[in-house]
Amino acid sequence: MKIIAKRPKGLTDARLTYCPGCLHGVAHRIIGEALEELDLVESAIGIAPVGCSVFAYNFFSCDMIQVPHGRAPAVATGMRRARPDCVVFTYQGDGDLAAIGTAETVHAANRNENISVFFINNAIYGMTGGQMAPTTLPNMRATTAPYGRDVADMGYPMRVCEMLATLETPYYIERVSLLSPKDILKAKKAVKKALKYNKEKKGFCLVEMISTCPTNWGLDPLASRDWAQENMLPVFPVGVFKDEAKRQEASK
Amino acid sequence: MGEKILMKGNEAVAEAAIRAGCRHYFAYPITPQNELIEYMAKRMPQVGGTCLQAESEVAAINMVLGAAACGVRAMTSSSSPGISLKQEGISYIAACRLPAVIINVQRGGPGLGNIAPMQCDYFQATRGGGHGDYYTPVLAPSSVQEFADMAPEAFDLAEKYLTPVLIFADGLLGQMMEPVTFEDDYGPQSDKSGWSLGCRKGRKTNHIINSLFIDPYVLKEKTEELFRVYDTIVKNEIRYEYYNVDANPKILVVAIGTVARVVKTAIDELKEQGLEVGLVRPITLWPFPYKAVKEAAKNVEKVITVELNMGQMEQDVRLAVEGACPTKVIGKAGGVVFTPMEVISMLKDNLA
Amino acid sequence: MVTITIDEHYCKGCGLCIVACPKEILQFAKHLNEQGYHPVTCLDQEACTGCTLCYVTCPDGAITIAKDK
Repeated sequence: MKIIAKRPKGLTDARLTYCPGCLHGVAHRIIGEALEELDLVESAIGIAPVGCSVFAYNFFSCDMIQVPHGRAPAVATGMRRARPDCVVFTYQGDGDLAAIGTAETVHAANRNENISVFFINNAIYGMTGGQMAPTTLPNMRATTAPYGRDVADMGYPMRVCEMLATLETPYYIERVSLLSPKDILKAKKAVKKALKYNKEKKGFCLVEMISTCPTNWGLDPLASRDWAQENMLPVFPVGVFKDEAKRQEASK
Repeated sequence: MGEKILMKGNEAVAEAAIRAGCRHYFAYPITPQNELIEYMAKRMPQVGGTCLQAESEVAAINMVLGAAACGVRAMTSSSSPGISLKQEGISYIAACRLPAVIINVQRGGPGLGNIAPMQCDYFQATRGGGHGDYYTPVLAPSSVQEFADMAPEAFDLAEKYLTPVLIFADGLLGQMMEPVTFEDDYGPQSDKSGWSLGCRKGRKTNHIINSLFIDPYVLKEKTEELFRVYDTIVKNEIRYEYYNVDANPKILVVAIGTVARVVKTAIDELKEQGLEVGLVRPITLWPFPYKAVKEAAKNVEKVITVELNMGQMEQDVRLAVEGACPTKVIGKAGGVVFTPMEVISMLKDNLA
Repeated sequence: MVTITIDEHYCKGCGLCIVACPKEILQFAKHLNEQGYHPVTCLDQEACTGCTLCYVTCPDGAITIAKDK
């Protein structure tokens, strides 16, 4: 018997602490697979944020650190300078990356730091109980937007990939979704590409993954996926926003 | 021992840090320490190191956190409002048991204050500063040479105890120029392979650096472990200077940094007039030299704290004296620096 | 011959694999696992084609699939 699919070596044996049906686990697994397939388990450093995935330091089997809310790209910058041979990746939610950490995200991208930023966008703050996120949709309810997000008062959801793509320097920016097995396979390709680019010392890579939050959306795992397909993808379309390697290929 | 060079405090401490093996410096411009980051920007590339101007003081302290986690000597510097921004990061560095050096070249506060030299971040420096139960060793220099020497000393302390260390300077020290010499060799760095991150070739288990302990009993234990380290620091690392204390003075002054130099001038002048005043100059502000102050205060009539703030260190002085004699504080806000004439006059009033 | 194993230690009974399976051979078990969820079980190993869609969609790394060479 040959094993054709199993829990990757990039993940530890620890039970994931996410809610049933939460797609964080899928994101973790495809990163774990990519780390194993690219032979990075021993030479990568992962940075866990503040948010539901704060415990990621227990779930990835490479060297890990847990850092202040939003500051992962700055910590990654310090690490890259100290250990230029290490692949460094951050794993961040929408509050961590696009609210408190906006400056660190933008400036790491602008400096073309050779890191991969894995951005899990589920349009809500999970760990703290369902408050509004920078990516919460117009009229979407959250505990701090109990009457729905009023864009006049609270602005529109932020499209991070589009924003960062206006910068000169980032190397690779893609938005993917985790909402179906087919999408997950595409997402895995993007994750692996990002880490491979880092291995080749190409520069800043960001993969935004459209995900769900069954618990705080008040929907079961299947209904959450359907809701995200219908409502999030039109606002956050999947696609490649920057791929410097492809651009250089095309210009030849 | 090298030749004497006339250098600005900000630049001297940067040079000393580099000679002590620091190759990773992250900071943001803020007066009155801009010469430090500018010097680093020129010098670091010459030695193959990194000087990165971060997008904020918050980003800078987190870059230090990342570099320190990978086992290198990492440093940042700022001035009062910027140090306020760094407090969360410093708390994390302390909780994660990482070595790092932070330099505060103080200015007027609170708020934006001004750019004149002050000592008004004493509480912030010595009472943890950020959230949670922790302390950071604090070194207070009083001359450009001492300031420079404290860079390698701070790194050694940081590595010995796995803690961030703060150097407590002020705008005067940062800006003034004095002759400085540097050592040829500041000694080896510690071995960090037992816990540092990155390129773990051959190492069987991964390293995790973390300060979250969700189980209250585990956090209790971790904190108590941290405080056992602090007990050792208190036992072994207190530093202070006595000046004219054995001349049987009637008054004891406690002062630090550049204020202590003004006080020394006043003491010398008063001695010529036949009046004896003693000075204790704490060099470590945490741990504070309580015993040394108490000892020196044994036979005096009064202990006066002179500081460039509205009265912060005087609380530690009161704790040290334990009511054995009256204490008072002569403080000044605004960055209006004490003159020797002023101090002489105040001490004379108190001797009367 | 394909063998699919769903580790009860990890399974949280989210049901995403049940929907993903094109052969519809996955179903919630009647019993509860130690976390208190109904874990998923395979009703018909013979019918499994080894497409791995269940593995791909599982958020908990609970699924292992082995194939005869």
